[in-house]
Amino acid sequence: MADWAGYLGLMLDGALVTAKLTVLGCALALPAAFAAGLGRLSRVSAVRTVSVAYIEFFRGTSIFVQLFWAYFVLPLMGVTLTPLQAGVLALGLNVGAYGAEVVRAAVQSIGREQHEACIALNLTRWQSLRHVLLPQAAVVMVPTFCNNAIELLKATSVVSLISLSDLTFQAQVVRSQTGSTALPFLTVLVIYFTYASLISLGMKALERRMTRGLDGLRT
Amino acid sequence: MQGKTGVTDTIIDIDCVTKRYGSHTVLKDLCFSVRPGEKLALIGPSGSGKTTILRTLMTLETIESGTIRIDGEHLFQMERNGRLVPADEAHLHRMRTKIGMVFQLFNLFPHKCVLENVTLAPMLTKGVKKADAERRAMELLDLVGLADKARAMPVQLSGGQKQRVAIARALALQPKIMLFDEVTSALDPELVEEVLNVMRMLGSTTDMTMLLVTHEMSFAHDFADRVLFFDRGRIVEEGPPDVLFTNPSHERTQAFLKKIIAAGQRI
Repeated sequence: MADWAGYLGLMLDGALVTAKLTVLGCALALPAAFAAGLGRLSRVSAVRTVSVAYIEFFRGTSIFVQLFWAYFVLPLMGVTLTPLQAGVLALGLNVGAYGAEVVRAAVQSIGREQHEACIALNLTRWQSLRHVLLPQAAVVMVPTFCNNAIELLKATSVVSLISLSDLTFQAQVVRSQTGSTALPFLTVLVIYFTYASLISLGMKALERRMTRGLDGLRT
Repeated sequence: MQGKTGVTDTIIDIDCVTKRYGSHTVLKDLCFSVRPGEKLALIGPSGSGKTTILRTLMTLETIESGTIRIDGEHLFQMERNGRLVPADEAHLHRMRTKIGMVFQLFNLFPHKCVLENVTLAPMLTKGVKKADAERRAMELLDLVGLADKARAMPVQLSGGQKQRVAIARALALQPKIMLFDEVTSALDPELVEEVLNVMRMLGSTTDMTMLLVTHEMSFAHDFADRVLFFDRGRIVEEGPPDVLFTNPSHERTQAFLKKIIAAGQRI
């Protein structure tokens, strides 16, 4: 029984790494999504090009490859990252590329009449975006961002490939040391599901908060 | 009212303006001018270009040819090194401070309460302090009879109330020229009057120049100093309401008014 407590401790350490990766990955994905999503709508063609290149590259290549690049290839160019940094970078940029399309679509879903009201009230493009378009678009983004965050959580398991002891990695360790397969993997399942549920609940609460007073607005 | 280029007593000068959507010409060599303080009604069948000219004045549309001057200054062009070049964003921004617009569908900001709808633009574009903007907004809301709705969200208001908020919002920027684009067309009949009353009050208590596109002929009759009848992108006939409504000289004006009367409207 004492052994099991030790193994559980090992798995909880892994769970902590997974939580860290998820939180930091999201913290990078969110600004990346806004920068690239709004960049695609820019009037400056160079900004649009860079944004599209980023989005297409990170959506179009595998997260494994991106992670290997971050961890094994960047050092060849003189940039050495810890496994955690490499993991956060790959996860954040990968999910940020998907998020960018969410931001773009949400901003474009706001009706033309809102843009026109902004022009008639003489707001600048930035003021319109900041005070009128984004606050309304954000409400549309939240449910899809919730999907993206859960995707990111599940994608964290790839970091075991660069020797980061996340939840999945630790489960493998426990399995090889105890010979028991069902128990560690059941634990892993429960922990991932708990995390995903927490993200879901958090996003639901956020959505409720943001739609307060807007009842009947969303179609 | 001496404009920069020496034009005298007009606040809006529209000269030979042509506007196309693809192959469809919406405005054909349109020319007219407006005196400061004048109340102008633009009437005519739908698709005749009357809304387009308001939208163009608000810089929501561009034009293919012709010139528009506001207060003697070109709207879509500016002077640089003695030559006229297409206006940049800063020029448009400066020109827009003279003009306000109220839309058919209100276009309120749904995520902001009534008070915030009115204070947002003065705070952002004129740097008015929040307390001052709110004091001024309350005065305006009081003027349109909605001081008690200051904290309501737009979705909680009736159409007539929304439109009155939209009027207060446009007034908050103190434009010299106000454009009203079919502001009662989307309202239930019983709500039309409350909006028209606000406009009557504005017409009689301010010296703003007001241009309205409307299908409310009796209102146009009472309100306007001058009526322009549009058809197919041109002004077919213009004159004081007493003349144009009771004794139109052009047959297309006569036919249009006949249809309006047949539809049950009083003129």
